[in-house]
Amino acid sequence: MKPVLDALQEEFPGRIRPLDTAAAGQVCAALEAADAPAVIASARAGFGARLACVFAEDRRAADNAFHLYYVLERPADPLYLVLRASLPPGCESFPSLAAALPAVNWQEREIRDWFGLEPAGHPIPRRVALHDNWPGVHPLRKDFRLDEVLPPFEGEQHEYRPTLGEGVFQIPVGPVHAGIIEPGHFNFAVAGEPILYLQLRMFYKHKGTEKLFEHLPAGRAVFLAESISGDSSFSHGVAFCQAVERAAGLDVPPRAVFLRTILLELERVCNHVADIGAIATDVGFVVANAHAGRLREIALNLNQELTGNRLLRGMVSIGGVRRDWDSAQISALTGAVAVIEREFDGLTALILSSDSTRDRLEHTGILTPEKARALGVVGVGGRASGVDLDVRRDHPYAAYGRMEFRVPVYQEGDVQRRMQVRIDEVRESLGILRSALRQLPGGPHSAPFGRLPAGRCALSAVEGWRGEILHWVRTGEDNRLERCKIKDPSLNNWPALVEAVQGNIVPDFPVINKSFNLSYSGTDR
Amino acid sequence: MFKILHQTLRTGIVTADYPAGPARFAERFRGRPAFDLENWSDARPAAAACPTGAIEVCDNGTQRRVTVDYGRCVFCGECASAGNGVRMTREFELAAFSREQLAFSADYALNPDGTHARLLADSRAAADTGKLEAAGRAVRETVRRVLGRSLAIREVDSGSCNGCELEIIALNNPIHDIERFGIHFVASPRHADMLLVTGPVTRNMELALRKTYQATPEPRLVVAAGACGIRGGIVGVNYATRGGVDQVIPVDVYVPGCPPRPEALLHGILLALGRGGKQLRR
Ligand code: SF4
Repeated sequence: MKPVLDALQEEFPGRIRPLDTAAAGQVCAALEAADAPAVIASARAGFGARLACVFAEDRRAADNAFHLYYVLERPADPLYLVLRASLPPGCESFPSLAAALPAVNWQEREIRDWFGLEPAGHPIPRRVALHDNWPGVHPLRKDFRLDEVLPPFEGEQHEYRPTLGEGVFQIPVGPVHAGIIEPGHFNFAVAGEPILYLQLRMFYKHKGTEKLFEHLPAGRAVFLAESISGDSSFSHGVAFCQAVERAAGLDVPPRAVFLRTILLELERVCNHVADIGAIATDVGFVVANAHAGRLREIALNLNQELTGNRLLRGMVSIGGVRRDWDSAQISALTGAVAVIEREFDGLTALILSSDSTRDRLEHTGILTPEKARALGVVGVGGRASGVDLDVRRDHPYAAYGRMEFRVPVYQEGDVQRRMQVRIDEVRESLGILRSALRQLPGGPHSAPFGRLPAGRCALSAVEGWRGEILHWVRTGEDNRLERCKIKDPSLNNWPALVEAVQGNIVPDFPVINKSFNLSYSGTDR
Repeated sequence: MFKILHQTLRTGIVTADYPAGPARFAERFRGRPAFDLENWSDARPAAAACPTGAIEVCDNGTQRRVTVDYGRCVFCGECASAGNGVRMTREFELAAFSREQLAFSADYALNPDGTHARLLADSRAAADTGKLEAAGRAVRETVRRVLGRSLAIREVDSGSCNGCELEIIALNNPIHDIERFGIHFVASPRHADMLLVTGPVTRNMELALRKTYQATPEPRLVVAAGACGIRGGIVGVNYATRGGVDQVIPVDVYVPGCPPRPEALLHGILLALGRGGKQLRR
């Protein structure tokens, strides 16, 4: 994004100041918040940049201001562009982009809730992260304490917009659901069977994670990163460690980089297989799910052999990985890849041979490419709707620069394609695993991590199995972080679910929801 | 149809022996850390390495009390890497009837440099598990009388990272197949005998958890799963969380782990039912 930044500087003379940061993988610049809408509009229109994330930071103590950060990227350009937009001292409002850019709708409202900064001109300036019954607090302000004891909440958790009309009913579901899934509230407005309108209420699982990051030593915070979304423990762990490593200027040894790549792909395989089985279950094909569950256990057992943990926890560390593998583990991995491949072929043949399954999945829950792009959908849900993004290819990290793989993209945007993307990706992952095993270098599995230099900022991106995970850190004194921003791919994809279910029948909701399989915990943090 | 049958027959029976036989899983699985209290020369490195505060050191002059709480432990292995006296085991059957049963302490006399001179007391030796076991037994007897040998569970996620849910879902796969014990997961608390609760209980889920508990007919059992469900785990207590299920509703059995592996969950559930033999032996 360096050329983009140069061009923007020319277009807005004297308004954009490049920031000198040593962190790899990004270019940074500073501007006034008032200029942000024009600059971002130009970056998007003129250079095809995508606004990946918006977040804020309370820097009143050091800089006498709140900062907003806009993270931009574009295809075939390995660097991310991080624009830091400062608010004037005392100012608690910033220009909203949401009217033109629905992708930032929730993110700007989060900033409003967490920091008490008003997105001026936001079309729906309601709370999103804090429920309506919370007192008027702004937890990510520095003067709000992590262990603040809030009074018992009163009043409605959330006021739903009424949906009126003859024969229109509302069906409230959750937060405790019927299946073994995470809590959230869905309010369906239906006329007969078809869904007219879905209102979502998330953030039931909000547990102060970003605030907590500011209170843990960086080494310990790795374990918190692993708990952002259990199914993406390793991806979030790597995203966090990479951010800290970049801030500290720490080089990760080649072997560690490969071991991470292998485990990232194993995480993808485990989750994709589970999702494929779950999608089959939701249309009544339980035998397929039984085989998927069995296959997943094979992979989980491999996870334990390689890391000691079924969810790959306690493995990644700042500087590399915590344990190296001996030859027995490598051959267990090689053997398991072959078994997984064989079983996976059997599973997909089974599912694809079932016409009735295909019948339920095709043309169900369609998310059009236009809507997907407008909402900033990423990951599996995006690739099934023509959004050709993959951090592994676009902004290579770990060992992905040395891997060859295909990024499957479909245009139809239905449940079938979201499953197909997963099927294709598992095959690609197995290829990456083999290639990584072939290229696996020797040497140390970790670089020593001493003290964290203070006042450094860095961004890190990882293509988790769900999609683009972003972590941004600012380091502080005492090996601690001043700020850690986490963006799980689920955040942008929830509003896409609302679009995808419209016009579908209520009984198809579970399979549509499953086909996105978003993380409530990753969203709510 | 033939394809399905063929695949299924070719696969054969895959269900695990556990708990009738030993649990079979990868050699390197990390279960609970074990402490060689007699020969532990210094607890400070392990306590400093522990990310969750499961190992705590409290010095008082020339004496030290070391507290180990499996209810907080996430089985990360950092303590074992940090120094001698601690090693990781493959043990996972840690479920207990109270939070206290999950913890123990050891008192040491100290050398001038802060290392351990000798072990003064080990709370594990003194622990009166008899009383606690009796309390647990009473619950189990009622449950057994009323519920017979079938159990309906409603799962409630009160703010987990979803790791516990993954393992609970795995209980239903053909390997762990919890239905072979007459245990099944139901859609509503009104149909449930047991609530299986995960997560540190967020402020936003507190009300829903209470209501779910009230909607569950008596006699009802509550199992708190995972480090978060026991004491809030790595998240702990903060402005948005309550720090454990029993801060909000009464809990009968606690299942350590982060997340507890399916066999550990099964062990905890059977323990609550009085159908599991073994209890925690540290
Ligand atoms: S294994 Fe348990 S006790 Fe040991 S460091 Fe990890 S969390 Fe702490």
